[in-house]
Amino acid sequence: MKAFATVAADKVGNPTVNITIFAIFVAVTLTIVVRAARTNRSAADYYAGGRAFSGRQNGIAISGDYLSAASFLGIAGAIATSGYDGFMYSIGFLVAWLVALLLVAELLRNTGKFTMADVLSFRLRQGPVRTAAAISTLVVSLFYLLAQMAGAGGLVNLLLGVEGSTGQNVTIAVVGILMIFYVLVGGMKGTTWVQIIKAVLLILGAGLMTLWVLSRAGLNLSNLLGDAAAAAPKKSDVLAPGLKYGLTDLGKIDFISLALALVLGTAGLPHVLMRFYTVPSAKEARRSVVWAIWVIGIFYLFTLVLGFGAMWLVGPKRILAAPGKANSAAPLLAYQLGGTLLLGIIAAVAFATILAVVAGLTITASASFAHDVYSHVIKKGRVQPDDEVRIARVTAVVIGLVAVIGGIWAKDQNIAFLVALAFAVAASANLPTILYSLFWRRFNTRGALWSIYGGLGSAIILIAFSPVVSGGKVDAVTHKAASLITDPTVDFHWFGLENPGIVSIPLAFFLGWLGTVTSREVSDAGRFAEMEVRSLTGAGAEKAVLH
Amino acid sequence: MSTTPTRATGPGGTAGYQQVQASAEFALLRSRFRRFVFPVTGLFLAWYFLYVLLAAYARDVMAHPLVGNINVGLVLGLLQFVSTFAITMWYARWADRQFDPTAEKLREHWERGEL
Repeated sequence: MKAFATVAADKVGNPTVNITIFAIFVAVTLTIVVRAARTNRSAADYYAGGRAFSGRQNGIAISGDYLSAASFLGIAGAIATSGYDGFMYSIGFLVAWLVALLLVAELLRNTGKFTMADVLSFRLRQGPVRTAAAISTLVVSLFYLLAQMAGAGGLVNLLLGVEGSTGQNVTIAVVGILMIFYVLVGGMKGTTWVQIIKAVLLILGAGLMTLWVLSRAGLNLSNLLGDAAAAAPKKSDVLAPGLKYGLTDLGKIDFISLALALVLGTAGLPHVLMRFYTVPSAKEARRSVVWAIWVIGIFYLFTLVLGFGAMWLVGPKRILAAPGKANSAAPLLAYQLGGTLLLGIIAAVAFATILAVVAGLTITASASFAHDVYSHVIKKGRVQPDDEVRIARVTAVVIGLVAVIGGIWAKDQNIAFLVALAFAVAASANLPTILYSLFWRRFNTRGALWSIYGGLGSAIILIAFSPVVSGGKVDAVTHKAASLITDPTVDFHWFGLENPGIVSIPLAFFLGWLGTVTSREVSDAGRFAEMEVRSLTGAGAEKAVLH
Repeated sequence: MSTTPTRATGPGGTAGYQQVQASAEFALLRSRFRRFVFPVTGLFLAWYFLYVLLAAYARDVMAHPLVGNINVGLVLGLLQFVSTFAITMWYARWADRQFDPTAEKLREHWERGEL
């Protein structure tokens, strides 16, 4: 928080070291992006990296996309400050991949071309369904973008020694400009390489810290947990669930709502779905998910150790007093373990993470606007591919600017939590329609529109009138509400839960069914046959680009 | 969006998508796929929500220590990781060895007009 910036005299690390290591990362990735861009010719190159990545490469890139600042900084911070309840985030985030693996990835790769809307509108009326899918893609991506940029802002004071909010804003702007450059020059190919490099650095950095923490605890997990619990103010509570969510009946329902959104959100995230188009076949898409599940799962096991390690070695009090609050647990732990150099490396990895994820989101959002809205809805498919890519690039710049402004505005928000909201919106607006259109013969346009708009609208409305936006718990010391609107006198919330999933997800499934059965539109048997046969056999699927 | 129009018959008199969809061989492929993925999805979702409900409503059970400071909650949480990895490898093996060859055979028959 800005107010705490001066209180946190607890200065750590050397900004010059942090900036130097980050600059090396930027220089290396920029070189790779520029080289990768040499073969960018067609729309398939720009949107899907020529569909030429191997399953393993794409799996690592998916991990890079998925292990966002929320996973690294947010989950480690949540465990360090709320103990076991933080760990439950990572379980939901991981199990969710099975939905993508079993029900979505391969079928989507076989039927679509560039975007999620390709699949949703395959056998329905193109105009309205594509528009709806594009709107929900943009909303989910923006929520997610905001979370990442907020993470960047919160960390700046701590890592770069920049004081006050001007310095933070400048750094957010620098991240935004770099990201725009990656996307414009590198397209999906360049972005994918940035993700791969970042994922490898992240795993190595987190793995090193995990071993370090474990060796300090005598390679004994039980000792580590005991020491961490002893450092927590509420003794031993931190090793059992319920510290953050389980105190009231409403809190328990909120937790179930969060769990539902996490497990069903992943397979509806547009930037994750788009990554399946970067491989040449469904078999490689499957291999991507297998790789991603292993990398992501192992990483979350690391965060368990890092979180409790930070609780033990840094202590929740110091973490919460630092700029960036819970999000600074991992960097502070790095400083505690390896001093200035390790902090510099971890800080650079954290910034690289934010940069890479933001680039991935931007390319998804811009592809959705250019390919779905401009090319198919506005121009009705009569558009040159080059023209479409040009529009996508312009959109990327606009989205980059929106992300910078949004990031400056949201810089003090908890990031794991903002990402959880993006998951709730994705699970409500996207997943029901994806599943219905892949598996339900009768599904039709009205069903899709009711489900997408109903899920999107209800999720957003419930968030707007939840304690997240106004009327959150008032802090006894600062007299500020724990909401977007911190003024405790402004309170228009009537929905008690912070996460809307438990209402909006079932509602979206129900509306998809209701819309379908009340519509007289007969589903297109020919297109359904094509979709079903293609999705399962891979016949007619988009091929890799050969250079 | 698609470059392949929906034909009653495919190139060279082979079956079009609707004929393929109506064939016994495709019905078998589809039912094999669904008979694997639907029950497994039900299984892992049930196991996940069992865990979530225990965490929400059976805090004492979860807090029960097993070995040292390692309690039931941590072990169940780690078992979620184990089951996720196991299902992933199980599905990948099944898809590589059972599903892909069946789909491959169907595509061959389709191209030769033997559906």
